[in-house]
Amino acid sequence: MKIGVVAVQGAFIEHQRTLNKLNVENFLIRQKKDLEQPFDGLIFPGGESTAMGKLFTELDLFEPLDKLIKSGFPVFGTCAGLILIAEKLSNDDKKYFASMPITVKRNAYGRQLGSFETKSAFADIGEVPMVFIRAPYIDEVRGDTKILATVDGHIVAARYHNQLGTAFHPELTDDVSVHKYFIDMIAKKV
Amino acid sequence: MSNRYALNKELAQMLKGGVIMDVTTPEQAKIAEEAGACAVMALERIPADIRAAGGVSRMSDPAMIKGIQDAVSIPVMAKVRIGHFVEAQILQALEIDYIDESEVLSPADDKYHIDKTVFEVPFVCGAKDLGEALRRINEGASMIRTKGEPGTGDVIQAVRHIRMMTSEIRRIQSLTQNELFQAAKELMVPYDLIKYVHENGKLPVVNFAAGGVATPADAALMMQLGAEGVFVGSGIFKSGNPAKRAAAIVQAVTNYNDPALLAKLSANLGEAMVGINEQEINLLMAERGK
Repeated sequence: MKIGVVAVQGAFIEHQRTLNKLNVENFLIRQKKDLEQPFDGLIFPGGESTAMGKLFTELDLFEPLDKLIKSGFPVFGTCAGLILIAEKLSNDDKKYFASMPITVKRNAYGRQLGSFETKSAFADIGEVPMVFIRAPYIDEVRGDTKILATVDGHIVAARYHNQLGTAFHPELTDDVSVHKYFIDMIAKKV
Repeated sequence: MSNRYALNKELAQMLKGGVIMDVTTPEQAKIAEEAGACAVMALERIPADIRAAGGVSRMSDPAMIKGIQDAVSIPVMAKVRIGHFVEAQILQALEIDYIDESEVLSPADDKYHIDKTVFEVPFVCGAKDLGEALRRINEGASMIRTKGEPGTGDVIQAVRHIRMMTSEIRRIQSLTQNELFQAAKELMVPYDLIKYVHENGKLPVVNFAAGGVATPADAALMMQLGAEGVFVGSGIFKSGNPAKRAAAIVQAVTNYNDPALLAKLSANLGEAMVGINEQEINLLMAERGK
C-alpha cells in the first residue's frame, strides 16, 4: 500500500506523519512527474483551496489528478481537500475536481475566532477528536453518499464510493483512526 | 496550553508551503488571492513606501482592513505596532485572522511586547535569532517569521536570521541536560521551550521567512534554508507585473528544490522592485523590539 499526499501547499507533512504512524508507505506530489509511480490512494490536505487550485493548473497537475479521481481512484480530502472534491460550493462559484456529489459551505464557521476542537462519532469507529480550522461543512449530500459524522447538526464527514471527505483535520491529532478508515477503504474492508 | 493557542498554531500549519502577500487595496487582495496567496497582509502602505515616507507608521484604518476581508476568502492578517495592545484589541474586534506585531510600524513600547496570551486571535512576530523567537513564543506568539529588512528588496538580513536560527537550533540539540539550563538562562527564555527545541530540532510553532524577498529565487532560497513559507511585502506590488511575479513566487515556494522549474519561473517577469542595499538604509527596522 502506497499513498500519495498532494503537497503543493498546506499541512501535507502532518498527513505524512499520520501515515508513518500507521506504517503506510507514502510520498509527496508536487508536480506531474511525481504521479509516474504506482500508488493506491490520494490525500488532499488542509491549506487554502484557492492556492492549491491555482497551483494544480499551473503545474499541469489538474488534468492527471482529475482523470485519476474520476476513474474511481481512492481519494481522501481534509478541510480544503474536501472543498477540492466537492461537486458544488454553496457560497462560491469556484469548482475544482467536483467529483463528490455533495454541496460544501466554505469558511462555514467564520474566521479564525470560529475555529474549534471537539469530539464526535465517526462511522462505526466511535468518538474521534476533531479539529476545525476556518473549516467548511457539508450542506447537502446526494446520490450514494453516506454521512459518516455530524457536529451540531452539520455534516462534517462523508463517503461516496472511493471518495472520503472530512471538514475537520484528523492529521492534526494523535488519533489515527480516520486515516485507518481510509486505508481500510482502499483495501475494501469497509 | 489553552485550546485556543493550539488552534492558532494549527492555522499557521495550514499556511505552510504558501506565500503571504502584502496588499493595500481590495483589488490587490484579489490579485494576490488569484495568484495563489495562502493569506494576505492588509496594510495602508507597503514597507517600501513606509520607508520612503518616513514619520510614524501605525495600524491601518479598520475600514480599509474590512474592505479587504470582504474581498477575499483566504485568511487576512494585519499589523500592529510593537507593544500596542490596544491596536491589537481593535484588530481582534474586527475578527482578523492573524495579528502581526511588527517592527515595520513604529514601536509603541520600547520595553514590553504585547502580552499575546490574553488574546483569542493568533499573533505572528518577527525574530532575528532563536532567543528572540522563543521570547515571542513565550509571550503567546503562535507563528514566527524572520525580521529581514522590510521594503528594501534586499534578502541578506532574512538569510542571516534564518541561518542564525537554524544554527542555534542545531547547537541546542547538541547540548547535554545541564547545559540546557544554562542555555535557557543565556537566551532569557523558559527551560521548557529550550527543552522542546532540544528534543524536536525545530521551533514549537511554524517559522516563515520575511523581509526583502523579491524574486522566485529569493523565495526558494529561504525555503531551502529551512523556512516553512514566505511573506512577500513590497516585492510584488512594487514590481512591473505584480500578478505574474506573485504567481511565479507561489510556484517557486511549492517546488523550491527544482532548479529547472525555477529557471522557467524566473523568466520574463518584467522589472523587479528596484530595492536598496543594506548599507544604503538609515533605519534598521529589525533592531526594533528584541
